[in-house]
Amino acid sequence: MSDVSRRQMLGMLGMTPLALSGVAQAYGEPATPAPAAQTASSRARRRIQEQHLPNVPLLTHEGKRVLFYDDLVKNKNVSMNFFYAKCDEICPLVMANLAKVQRLMGRQVGRELFMYSLTLKPDEDSVDDLREHRDMLGAKPGWTFLTGKPQDIETIRAAIGFKYPDPAIDGDKTQHIGNIRYGNEPLMLWSACPGMAHADWIAETLQWMIHPQVDRVQKS
Amino acid sequence: MYYNVFGEKVSKRRFKQMCAAAKNRRELIAAGLTSRRDLFKMGLLTASGMLVAKHGLSARAYGQSVTTNNPPSSGANSSPGTNQNCVPGNQTASPPTRPFVVPLTVMPTARTVRSLTPAPTENPNTGAGEVRAAPFQAPQIDSSRFPVVPQTLYQFNQRQFSTSQHPDLPQQTIWGFDDGSGPRSPGPTYQAFYGKPQITRNINSLPLITAVNNTGFGMASVTTHLHNAHNPSESDGNPCDFYTAGHFCDQYYPNVLAGFNSTNQPNGDINESLSTLWYHDHRVDFTSQNTYKGLLGFYCLFNQFDTGNEETGFHLPSFPQFDIPLVFADKVYDPSTGDLVFDLFNLDGILGDKFLVNGTVQPFLEVSPRRYRFRLLDSGPSRFYEFFLTGGISSAGTPTTTSPTTNPFFLIATDGNLIPAPVQVTSVRVGPAERVEVIIDFTKFAGKTLYLENRLNQLNGQGPVAVDSQVGPQNSATTECSLVLGNNQPAILPAGQGNLLLQFRVTGPQVADNSVNPASKPSFYQLPSTSATPRIVRTFKFDRLNGQWSINGQFMDCNTFRFAVQQNSVEQWLLTNLTGDWTHPVHIHLEEHQILTRNRVAPTVPADIGRKDVTQLHPNERVQLFFRFRDWLGKYPIHCHNVVHEDHAMMALWHVVAEGDDVNVP
Repeated sequence: MSDVSRRQMLGMLGMTPLALSGVAQAYGEPATPAPAAQTASSRARRRIQEQHLPNVPLLTHEGKRVLFYDDLVKNKNVSMNFFYAKCDEICPLVMANLAKVQRLMGRQVGRELFMYSLTLKPDEDSVDDLREHRDMLGAKPGWTFLTGKPQDIETIRAAIGFKYPDPAIDGDKTQHIGNIRYGNEPLMLWSACPGMAHADWIAETLQWMIHPQVDRVQKS
Repeated sequence: MYYNVFGEKVSKRRFKQMCAAAKNRRELIAAGLTSRRDLFKMGLLTASGMLVAKHGLSARAYGQSVTTNNPPSSGANSSPGTNQNCVPGNQTASPPTRPFVVPLTVMPTARTVRSLTPAPTENPNTGAGEVRAAPFQAPQIDSSRFPVVPQTLYQFNQRQFSTSQHPDLPQQTIWGFDDGSGPRSPGPTYQAFYGKPQITRNINSLPLITAVNNTGFGMASVTTHLHNAHNPSESDGNPCDFYTAGHFCDQYYPNVLAGFNSTNQPNGDINESLSTLWYHDHRVDFTSQNTYKGLLGFYCLFNQFDTGNEETGFHLPSFPQFDIPLVFADKVYDPSTGDLVFDLFNLDGILGDKFLVNGTVQPFLEVSPRRYRFRLLDSGPSRFYEFFLTGGISSAGTPTTTSPTTNPFFLIATDGNLIPAPVQVTSVRVGPAERVEVIIDFTKFAGKTLYLENRLNQLNGQGPVAVDSQVGPQNSATTECSLVLGNNQPAILPAGQGNLLLQFRVTGPQVADNSVNPASKPSFYQLPSTSATPRIVRTFKFDRLNGQWSINGQFMDCNTFRFAVQQNSVEQWLLTNLTGDWTHPVHIHLEEHQILTRNRVAPTVPADIGRKDVTQLHPNERVQLFFRFRDWLGKYPIHCHNVVHEDHAMMALWHVVAEGDDVNVP
């Protein structure tokens, strides 16, 4: 099993930069990136925003109007997934899993990590339904449930790659993509994991996104 | 004062452009054109999911003139090498590049170093910044054969650097390997020998991840896997062991034949000799990005038969002059800036529209009229290739005769295993991570131009169009691609109308050729027997559950070993794929396999007969594999090598232990 538990890993975080500087010195690595990389970097961040993180308006479970990119994603570590309140196929498993993930991440949620669950059925799920569903799961602050205009929800879903190539399957809400998209927006670290993966593994994965400058070894 | 979304000050003119772009987007949405299909129809979206740089759609695209109204590809491909697959209006996402203006890069042979400081240690030297899961296994088995510090040592720094991938594109900031001669991607080619153990110190000298200098993809936290090596697990480059800048891992490559400490002591089974391996990053969840960004290279392994010298052994063409590794990759460049881009938000599989060989878009190679050995590697991320040797096309890449010629060549190895004897073929198909080795005889083509052409039709990340008839009912009119290109998609494109990858100019000087003529039926190694009774039969169902890639309904988890293989035992694995429309190139670490049956029929095509480390699992297939797990202990993965699937959890960890378990469906 992993010899770096989540708690140990968190404990290590403080030490890592120290250990790092010594070794980095040993190999004489330059600390600052080349200017060309900075330019390509800002272009890349902009491209990701333009193509994948549309700045469309949404409504939170508290009825607050927010913009997807500006208010929810920009300069943040995020996780996003889709669900709907009356979904009884995959959603209960994924949403319960996310509730476990929130417990495992503790006080980081709302500070270092922002969790978002977007309804796939904005016509059906009112703000009240979202709040009720959120309460049912025992979600704590930092995990925001969202609805919006159907076309805006669809825009986000397409932009973050949660569509099937076959529109017939894509139109079947019971088969909707059950993955969790996660990303560190300023550092442009984006990937996804199955919403039905083990919650402790999802939490560990999210830790690496939040604090990527960490090593891992696993004894067997 | 005007600001963009990043809070940066912008000019009034730019701000107006941005507003126009936003308005444009709103219009698209208002018109209901929000689905990829709609955008495809309008010619506004490309196969890679990128929005075509329509005037005003992107502020950055202002001033660009991009035609989107050409008829869809009708087969009259006058711009060779551009991707005609599922791109509306003959439009490519990447900027145009002139084909065959850059010579092929042949990666130099990796340099050894005299010593490593600090010296390698049997236990991980954590104090010095080493990140390794366990002590070296090889010296514990025999420290005289496998000394802790062997004679052959390499120091590879993984670095970020700037390079040209084509003169018509700007310099790209990518990642590569530096053996002391400067960073490059693909990295230097190892020239390794059986019986000569070695250590590579893989140092992560990439920028700190926390410094904001990412070019939009890639995770500078690495683990380097030596693909298909019969290696101890601590040196295998496991996806779950990774390290960040300033840290390193000493990887012990014993270069020893399978069976050396079990079935075929003391030297192992000569019939399991490997020839072409490759090294690549394997960071869990980020392998596709890191390999796309350049972290890969070749590892050629020689022995007393496959010597690298055409005067000796099997008399195969001499390395490196006439024995050339070729790595194929398809990539996408931003149409307005020319920056290398990666679709981070794709779950299916990524196709590029520019074809690179050894790191350059559509290069040429001048060859002499004689025999050459080529080692062909498909580095993915998701594309399958079927290689043809096409003639009758001008040096500009346009057909000069009404019918381009298809020329035979010899297949000699699959996945780095010489097959029992060369087989003459007119084409050979590979999937991501697979290798084939071929011998091409250019003697009769002196003065002419030939092309290595990919004629396999692939529309999306699902896999190649399997057979002509399959597209109709399977993809029907419902996919984005068939809407654009029509339903009648051939599996194999006509000669000269596929992707011209590499141009051979047979204009080199006449030189001696002492290599074996493959037509003379030379004999290489024999295939090991597969008659042993397995200790256990395990079944692996490759599936998709609500968009989540799964193996037996479960997902990758670095903290869970799904099953335990007994050391030095025989197993049979059944790989099944009932999804109906996805092809998974399945890779298993540590040991190779032999395919016993494919849908209950013994393998028929040459590519299936030899020893393999990747097996293509096609839709509705059941493939039965024979394994012997020998010599080493520890953890390894099984995974889909469509690296987009792999990064989204289509992987399982298992381990080799003294006492195996009885889990039939792990």
